[in-house]
Amino acid sequence: MLVSLRRTLAGSLLWLGAAGAHAADISLLNVSYDPTRELYKDINSAFAAQWKAGRGDTVTVNVSHGGSGKQARSVIDGLEADVVTLALAYDIDAIAEKGLIAGDWQTRLPHNATPYTSTIVFLVRKGNPKGIKDWNDLIKPGVEVITPNPKTSGGARWNYLAAWGYALKQPGGSDATAKDFVAALFKNVPVLDTGARGSTTTFVQRGIGDVLLAWENEALLARQELGKDEFEIIAPSLSILAEPPVALVDKVADKHGTRAVAEAYLKFLYTPAAQDLAGKHYYRPYDEAAAKKYAAVFPKVTTFTIDDVFGGWKKAQATHFADGAVFDQLGVGK
Amino acid sequence: MARRVLPGFGLSLGYTLAYLGLIVFLPLAALAVKASDIGFAGFWATLTSPHVLAALRLSFGAALLSAVVNAAVGLLVAWVLVRYTFPGRRLFDALVDLPFALPTAVAGIALTTLYAPKGWIGAWLAPLGIKVAFTPLGVLVAMIFVGFPFVVRTVQPVLESLDRDIEEAATTLGATRVQTFARVLFPLLLPALLTGFALALARAVGEYGSVIFIAGNIPMKSEILPLVIVKQLEQYKYGDAAAVGVVMLALSFLLLLAISLLQRWSRRWAER
Repeated sequence: MLVSLRRTLAGSLLWLGAAGAHAADISLLNVSYDPTRELYKDINSAFAAQWKAGRGDTVTVNVSHGGSGKQARSVIDGLEADVVTLALAYDIDAIAEKGLIAGDWQTRLPHNATPYTSTIVFLVRKGNPKGIKDWNDLIKPGVEVITPNPKTSGGARWNYLAAWGYALKQPGGSDATAKDFVAALFKNVPVLDTGARGSTTTFVQRGIGDVLLAWENEALLARQELGKDEFEIIAPSLSILAEPPVALVDKVADKHGTRAVAEAYLKFLYTPAAQDLAGKHYYRPYDEAAAKKYAAVFPKVTTFTIDDVFGGWKKAQATHFADGAVFDQLGVGK
Repeated sequence: MARRVLPGFGLSLGYTLAYLGLIVFLPLAALAVKASDIGFAGFWATLTSPHVLAALRLSFGAALLSAVVNAAVGLLVAWVLVRYTFPGRRLFDALVDLPFALPTAVAGIALTTLYAPKGWIGAWLAPLGIKVAFTPLGVLVAMIFVGFPFVVRTVQPVLESLDRDIEEAATTLGATRVQTFARVLFPLLLPALLTGFALALARAVGEYGSVIFIAGNIPMKSEILPLVIVKQLEQYKYGDAAAVGVVMLALSFLLLLAISLLQRWSRRWAER
């Protein structure tokens, strides 16, 4: 009995050794948010090809998509993601707080660990019947604005902060005027869907509302897929730089033994090849060549960052979106 | 201990308890433990916040109302399906179960498409000043939809098993039609009706998928309790989310208990 067990063990070790000598099959799990589906499909095959050419190993990157907050909770609750690529730093901070990601994650990669950016723009109906040009047109009576609920949608928090930052930076702007402005804006919101895709459906399919607040990449994609002659994109004079960051999940990568390849995957996002793909999928690339190539796609928008105006995500979350914080004080629905 | 007529009592009871414990009690206990994370003060603060109270009113108010509507209409539908024969009866009978089978998100999207201001029904209601989608009325419509089969399916078999003799006896004894229904048939149907009512109510209170699409989710106005839980989770406040869950459970349990007491009383009343 004992002998046969030992023999089996030796046999399996031998087999493992043999397998190790050959090219390995590596698989990574990238837990991402909703609108990156098309982007990562392209990036993953490009990365796999590059890795195969360089190291000879076959890398399969699986991607899970969903609402950013829900995805972060899945990782916290045990979904074994090697890397996360989410819509806002707050969600990655939440994972880091549980000890799965090192606290300094945002300084480990360039540009606040954000390989590509976007901004918040307006999608309006053909011909722009309500004449919407800038944020202050959104609080006019009779204008219906569609945006998801910032309490349930990470993406919608960017919308809210963009509006706040615009009001704050107007002549004579203060926290008080910004609060009044955002309150007036949300008075014009007839439906608060729980996520960004829900809001797009409400605006596009159900024909509700005059203007949809959306991430630029979503707006460009919607226009591309749904017909250029049905919708127009309006770039406001000022908007927020939306930074969807990426991070290695240290605990999981170490457990899987995938740290090296996972780190390479994230660094790959900054290479010219991946930056070009980001531009192709309507995310604003940092890489100069890619930025130049896709310059015509993106409208000119002056942007401010969340760090400059709000002092980072943790502070913005506590001030604006926690229970009883500013959003709850706006009297939305009253 | 007296010998029981049926063998296997100990085994089957043990199995039942273990199964209930594993499938029902364990998750509920986990919920309660999670809720205890925030302490009594935190629990109380969460529950008395205006958003939670508003959602509590809407969720339970709309659910009760939807169960009342379903009880009335369900009784009528069960009556028609059992007492009359007409072409297509089997087809209608099968249609009743559809709200069970449909994924709730599909139901929600379909209802929203119909009742949105530019939808087939919504477009007719809009000139009358009636808004259904994105208002509490929309919440009610979705809850009525998902809870509809319960009353029909609980009342139907009872109605089928009732002997015509009772009605004939009542008539020969000089009862009017209304009297026959109110004093003879209704008491016999009441326990089943209450079961259906309780099931429809419980389903409506817990419903998320279909309601979320039609509600509009405006704070203080058309936010249901399950959405409040989702909002807490988005802030990684698991304890607060669990606290709201515990209160929903407690309230639902009290309501179901009250209904079951009412049922017992109605059964006795019917036997009298």
